[in-house]
Amino acid sequence: MRWLNRLVMQIRMLLFRRNANVQLNKELHFHLEQQIAENRLAGMNAEEARLATLRAFGNPVLLREQTGATWNWNGLEQFVHDLRIGARTLSRTPGFALIAILITAFGIGASVTLFTVVRGVLLRPLPFSDPDRLVMLYEHSTIAAGAGDFPFNVVAGGVYAAWNKQNTSFTSLALVRSDSGALSAAGGQLPEKLDKANVSWNLFSTLGVRPALGRVFAGGDDNPAANGTVVLSWSLWKRRFGADPTVLNRTIYLDTKPYTVIGVMPAGFEFPDSSTQLWTPVYREFPENVMSALDNHMFRAIGRLKPGVTAAEATANLSVISRQIHDSHLDNPFVTAAANSRALLEHMVGDVKRPLYVLLTATVCLLLIACLNVANLLVARAAARQKELAVRTALGGGRMRLLREHLTESFLLEVVGGGVGLLMAYAAVEWLVHSRPDIARVSSIHIDGVVAAFTVGVVVLCAVFAGMVSAFHADERLVLRALHESSRGYSAGGTRARLRKTLLAMEVGLTVVLLMGASLLLKSYQRLRSTDVGCITDNVLTMRVSLPGARYKTPGPAPANFFETLLQRVRALPGVEAAGLVIGVPGQGYMGDNGFAIAEHPPMPRGKGVYAIYRSADPGYFAAMGIPNLRGRTFADNQKFDQADEVIISDAFAKKFFTGEDPIGKHLRLGGGPKLHVIVGIVGDTRYSIGEAPQPMQYYPLFAGNENFGTLVIRSSRDVTQLALPVQQIIQGLDRDLPVSDVLTMNQLLGKSSVDQSFDAALITGFAVLSLLLATAGLFGVLSYIVAQRSGEIGIRIALGAQREQVLGLMLADGLRPALIGLILGLGASAATTQFIESMLYETRPRDPEAFAAVTALLLASAALACMVPAWRASRLKPMRVLRME
Amino acid sequence: MGKPSDLVQGTLDLLILKTLSLQARHGWAIAKRIQQISSEVLQVQQGSLYPALHRLEQQGWIKAKWAESETGRRAKFYSLTAAGRKQMETETANWNRLSTAIDLVVGEV
Repeated sequence: MRWLNRLVMQIRMLLFRRNANVQLNKELHFHLEQQIAENRLAGMNAEEARLATLRAFGNPVLLREQTGATWNWNGLEQFVHDLRIGARTLSRTPGFALIAILITAFGIGASVTLFTVVRGVLLRPLPFSDPDRLVMLYEHSTIAAGAGDFPFNVVAGGVYAAWNKQNTSFTSLALVRSDSGALSAAGGQLPEKLDKANVSWNLFSTLGVRPALGRVFAGGDDNPAANGTVVLSWSLWKRRFGADPTVLNRTIYLDTKPYTVIGVMPAGFEFPDSSTQLWTPVYREFPENVMSALDNHMFRAIGRLKPGVTAAEATANLSVISRQIHDSHLDNPFVTAAANSRALLEHMVGDVKRPLYVLLTATVCLLLIACLNVANLLVARAAARQKELAVRTALGGGRMRLLREHLTESFLLEVVGGGVGLLMAYAAVEWLVHSRPDIARVSSIHIDGVVAAFTVGVVVLCAVFAGMVSAFHADERLVLRALHESSRGYSAGGTRARLRKTLLAMEVGLTVVLLMGASLLLKSYQRLRSTDVGCITDNVLTMRVSLPGARYKTPGPAPANFFETLLQRVRALPGVEAAGLVIGVPGQGYMGDNGFAIAEHPPMPRGKGVYAIYRSADPGYFAAMGIPNLRGRTFADNQKFDQADEVIISDAFAKKFFTGEDPIGKHLRLGGGPKLHVIVGIVGDTRYSIGEAPQPMQYYPLFAGNENFGTLVIRSSRDVTQLALPVQQIIQGLDRDLPVSDVLTMNQLLGKSSVDQSFDAALITGFAVLSLLLATAGLFGVLSYIVAQRSGEIGIRIALGAQREQVLGLMLADGLRPALIGLILGLGASAATTQFIESMLYETRPRDPEAFAAVTALLLASAALACMVPAWRASRLKPMRVLRME
Repeated sequence: MGKPSDLVQGTLDLLILKTLSLQARHGWAIAKRIQQISSEVLQVQQGSLYPALHRLEQQGWIKAKWAESETGRRAKFYSLTAAGRKQMETETANWNRLSTAIDLVVGEV
C-alpha cells in the first residue's frame, strides 16, 4: 500500500505544486500564530511576542526552501527555475545570445557533419555479410629492370585461376574488372554510357549478398559459350526501367550485343565502385587468352577467408602458388612471384582516410575555438555581473546554486546552438552527398541515432567546458575583493582579464594551426593546378568515344576507318583549328602500360624486362594538343592496319632507355613479340595525372586498328564548348548507337582530377577563416573590456601627463601579448603536426617557410587591427569625464 | 551539555512517528509534545521539524489532513499511515538495540 501512497503523493506534487507552496505557507503561518499566542499567555505584549517568535523561528525563506527540498520533483523544479532565469538573462542581451549561439552552431555543425562522413565512410562496417573476413588480393610485383615495386598490383587472369584452384585458405575467391559499356537506345531512350563490372559468377556469394529480384550468376553463365546475362543495380533498374518487375528475362543491348536480365541487386549494393550500374560475367566478356594470361595484370581479386585463417596466412598461401608460377616462367619478366592483401574496407576507403581524419581534426579545432569563444563571452558577462554575484554571495546565495546558474546558461546556449548546428550539419551532409558522389561509400553517409548521440555528447561537453571555465572564478574568496574593487574602481579586475587572455592565447594558437594547414593545402593546390601537363589546355575540348566490339572488331579495319572518317569530318567543321584522337589525353589517367624490347640492344637477362605507358594516337594528335615534336616526325600516312610499323617515344622514354645514343631509327618489339616498330619521332613529355611526374611513354599508330575506344580532342581559337554539339551530331550521324561521354574542356578535365585537393583546401580554408574571425573578435572583445575596466586608471595617467601615444602603445601591448603567445604556441604546434598532411601535399614541404611567414603576417595584421580600435579609443579618453563618472 | 536540539541523526523521525502514534497533531503541537514529554530537554527547531514532516509525508509514513484546530483555526494535522506504524516499530526496535548497546559500553567503565 505504501507504494500507492507514494505514487499518489508524487502525482499530487507534480500536478499541484503551486497548491503545496500555498499550504506550506499556511502551515508555517499557523505555527507562528500558535507560538505568538503562547508567548502572550506567558505575559509578553503583542510586539514582544511577535519579535520573540520570529527570532526563534529563524529565516522563513530558508525554511520554506529547505522544506521544499524534501518534496518529490524538487530537482526538476529547480532545473526549470534555473532554465527560466537563464532564458530571461539571455533574452535581456539578445546580441550576445545570438552571437554565442551562432558560434556554437558553426562549431557543432561542422564537427557533426565531419563525424557523420567519417562514420559513414570509415567506421561503419561494409554492407556485406561478415565483412571482416573479406580481403582484397593483389600481386606483389617487382620488375627489377623497370626498377618498379608494385606491392598492390592488379591480378592477371591466369594467376587468379591458379589461386582459385590451388588455395587452401579461402572459402571462395572472386574476380572483378571495372569497365564501361554503352546501353543501346531502346524504348525511346537515348543510348547511354555507364560504368559496369565484369565479375566472376561467385562474386555475389563471396560478398554474401542476395539479389532483390531474380537471381545472380551461376557457374553456367560464366564461360565463353554461355548466353549473355546481366544483373542490374537497383538505381539503374529504377531509373532506366521504371522499377518494372517484368524486366527479368528481358533482353537489353550492351555495346550492341544482347544480354538477358536475370536479376536486380538490392538498393545500397555498390561494388566495386559507387558508380557501378550493372554486372556481367567476366569469363564470357574476356577472351580466353586474357583470362589465362599470367602477365596481363588487369583484375581485382576478392577472397573470403576460411574460418580460423588469418589474412597473413592466406597471403602466404597465395604467394607460394605465385612463386611456383613465376619459377616455371622465368623467361617472362612480368610474371609476379608474390601475393599481397589488404582488408576490403581499407582498399575501398584508403585514399580518403587521411584527408577525412585531417578534416575531422580541423573541425575539432574549430569546435574548441568556438567553445573557448563562448567561454570567453561568458567570462565577460560574469565580469559585468561581478558586483551582482558578489552581493548575492554575501547575502548567502549557495555556491552550488550560483555554479548551477552558470552551467544552465551555457547549457542553454549550447543546446540551442547544437540544435541549429545539427540542422546545419543535415544540410551540409545533403549537399556533400550530392556534390561529391565520387567519395567512396557515399551512400552510407547519413545522420542516424549514433550521430545524434554524438551531437548530444558534444553539446554536453561544450556546455560543461564553457560553463566551468566561466564559473571557475565565481569564487567566494573573490567576493570581498570584488566588493572592494567596486568601491575603488581605478584598476582592472585582474583575474578575469588574465583568464580571458589565457583563453585567447589558446584560441589564437589553434587558429594558427588551422591557418597553417589551410595555407599549405592552398599552396599545394595552386602548384598542382599550375603544373604544366605538357600540352595546350586552353580552348581544347575532349570527349570519349567507345565503339562496341561486336560491330568494330579489334584488331581490324572497322574501328580505324571509323576514327579516320570521324577526324576528317570534325576537322572540316567551321571553327575547328585542329583535332586528334588518342586513347588517353594528359591528366586522364595511367590507362595502361606495355612491356617492350629494344631490338638493337642486347637481350635482357632472363626474367628481366622493361615497360612504358602505352598510347595509340593518330598522326595529327601531337600537333592538335601542342605536344612539341622534339626530333623526327609524326606517323606517316601509310601507317594503317598491318602496315603500321612506326612508333613515337616521349622525351623521358628516350632519356631513360637510350642514354647516350640516338633513338631515331632504332626498333621496338611491343610486348617482346616478333613485330618490329621503328622509332620515327620523339615528342615532349606529358603527365598522365597532374599530381604525377612525367613517365616514359610509347605511342603507336591509332589507325593500326588495335583500339576501339579513344578520346577525341578538338582545338579552336574561339569558345570551344560551342563545338560540342556539332561534333556529337557528327558522331551520331556516323553511328546512332554510340554514346559520347565525358564531354569536358581540357581545363575541366584537369580540374576534375584535382577536385579532392580543391575540396580539402577549400574546406580547411573555410574553417581557418572562420576561426581567424572568431579569434580576432575575441581579441577585440577582451581589449575593449580591459580598456573599459582601466578607464579610470588611464584617465589618471592622462591627467598626470601621459602622452596619447604612450597610452596607445600600452594598450596595444596589452592586447597583442596574448596574440603573440598564441602565435608562438601555434607555430610550434604546426611545426610538430603539419607532417601528418605531408601525403596530401604536392610539391610543398610540410614546413614550408613561406607558409609560416604568410600565416605569421596574416595573424599579426588581424591581431593589430583588432587591437587598434580599443587601444585608440583608450588614448582618446577625456580624463575629466572619466574621473567624474566615478 | 550541547544545544538541546542536537538530536542523534535520524532520531527526529522516530520522535515524530512516536508522537503521532496516539493521535493526529499539527506541527506546532508535535514540537510542543516532544518538548513536554522530554521534560524540556529536546527542543525541536522549526528548521528541522517541517523539512522532516514533509519528508516523512513524501515517503508515505505519515499523511496530512487540514482540519479545525482547538483554537478554531484550520491547521494541517499529521497522522500515521499503516506503513508508518510499521516503520515506527522497526525504528523503535532499532533504537532500543542501539541504546542498550550504548548503555552496556558506558556502564562498563
